[in-house]
Amino acid sequence: MFSVIPGFRLSLGITLTYLGLIVLLPIAALILQASDVGLVRYWAIITSPRTLASFQITIGAAAAATLFNAIYGLALAWVLVRYDFPGRRFLDTLVDVPFALPTAVAGLALTALLAKNGWFGAPLADWGIQMAYAPAGIVCAMAFTSIPFVVRTVQPVLEDLEADVEEAATTLGASQLRVFWTVILPAIFPAFLAGASLAFARSLGEFGAVVFIAGNQPFRTEVVALLTFIRLEEYDYPAAAAIAVTMLGFAFIMLLTVNLIQAWHQRRAIRED
Amino acid sequence: MSEGSAANRKRVGDGAVTRAVLITLVLIVTAVVVIAPLAVIFTEALKRGWVVYGQSLVRPDTLHAVGLTLFTALVCVPVNVCFGIAAAWTVTKFSFPGRGLLLALIELPFSISPIVAGVAYLFVYGAQGLLGPLLEAYDIKIMFAVPGIVLASLFVTAPFVAREIIPLMMAQGREEEEAAVTLGASGWRILRTVTLPNVRFALLYGAALCNARVMGEFGAVSVVSGNIRGQTSTLPLQIELLYQDSLATAAFAAATVLAGVALLTLVVKLIIEKLDAERARLEVTRSVGH
Repeated sequence: MFSVIPGFRLSLGITLTYLGLIVLLPIAALILQASDVGLVRYWAIITSPRTLASFQITIGAAAAATLFNAIYGLALAWVLVRYDFPGRRFLDTLVDVPFALPTAVAGLALTALLAKNGWFGAPLADWGIQMAYAPAGIVCAMAFTSIPFVVRTVQPVLEDLEADVEEAATTLGASQLRVFWTVILPAIFPAFLAGASLAFARSLGEFGAVVFIAGNQPFRTEVVALLTFIRLEEYDYPAAAAIAVTMLGFAFIMLLTVNLIQAWHQRRAIRED
Repeated sequence: MSEGSAANRKRVGDGAVTRAVLITLVLIVTAVVVIAPLAVIFTEALKRGWVVYGQSLVRPDTLHAVGLTLFTALVCVPVNVCFGIAAAWTVTKFSFPGRGLLLALIELPFSISPIVAGVAYLFVYGAQGLLGPLLEAYDIKIMFAVPGIVLASLFVTAPFVAREIIPLMMAQGREEEEAAVTLGASGWRILRTVTLPNVRFALLYGAALCNARVMGEFGAVSVVSGNIRGQTSTLPLQIELLYQDSLATAAFAAATVLAGVALLTLVVKLIIEKLDAERARLEVTRSVGH
């Protein structure tokens, strides 16, 4: 501890006690409960067809949602940073709507939009496309709730980008696409990747928005979070613990990935200074 | 993108066509994916007129859910504001081994699915949980009751305030606090008169976000509440119950309350950003005047 400022022990004490009671105790209890299940039974639960199907659906939908947000988020960040136009501030505020809006409300709204008689669902139904109560609906719900991640991680990096390299490359006759590909994209890539990982992690665990729209049929539109919930309601605590601890493991892996990407980014920033 | 025009232009994407196309595309997608969901909530709620909307809102079970939601927010927001300040003070005013780990720990609840959080709480305070037998012996009910809802909400929203003020306090450094120490100020006085005024806008926005999230939390609360109608339903759970009962208008009416809270949160953010920009301008004017 190197500081003349007082209050270290008190503030550290409050922080650690609170984190211990509110965050670490439940996580420890979950891990403890899951370890009681035993390895053989754990494996049987996780590799049962219904669990595997729910993992497949969740990961697939989360990947699709992240792909959408990677493209849309990058375009959104670019437009917000590079262009000035009427309504830019308003657009910037709209980006935060998915964070501020409760997931249950988002799920309800998306279901109303995409159901067969909804604003978007009706014309899509004419084309023979079903969104609500289908895997596509899960993708929509996940995409909506994770919109801000890519935008908010890329935006500050794009703002800090110096114009000189870009100008030099353009003056030397490189095409705009090439300058974007070889100068701008490498500079924002770590932030972009971190944002996309956060969006993916969030989508994997999304529950509120998904349960409204998914229809929740086993083997078709049942996500992992919902299966955990169903096992709890059936009082099948070993299965709930096993699935929940697996989701926790996924969360830790994603967290580690994001931190590694950010560390890589910082190292690069320091080297460039 | 001919070479001639490239030489005139300085930066990528400054061309009129690229600019117009990108802005238009982004605006269209945003209208479809962000504005339409917001709009549909209000149109569905008001579809059968204001009178029905009003009646749907004042249903006793919905009002009870509003009360429980307000109570939860009233407990969770102040607690997490205090935690946020303590955590930010610890990690920004001192250097110590394990600081990076502590930072990661503060953000941990963000990465954990609300459902997993709910399940984890059940394994602490539920009948078969770690403390279950003890709680049962003293007849204390935490799960499927209000304390469980408060605890799960605390978990989910723990990082919100801390995350808003930590980057700012990190950027502001320690000089002002160190100067105050030299002048003989106590820790509490420094916090009250130096540190908090410096981060007041971020603190306010963090509290507003925390509030919106507490009021809207669904996954974790649906595990720990047991969802007993008229007893342990918060507003988001009430929306689901109404929707399952095919009372769509009532569900959307309840949803407008939470959507209103969300929009209010964003208005708070806009105002704060404006105040912040004004303050920055004043500071620039002042330093130019020197």
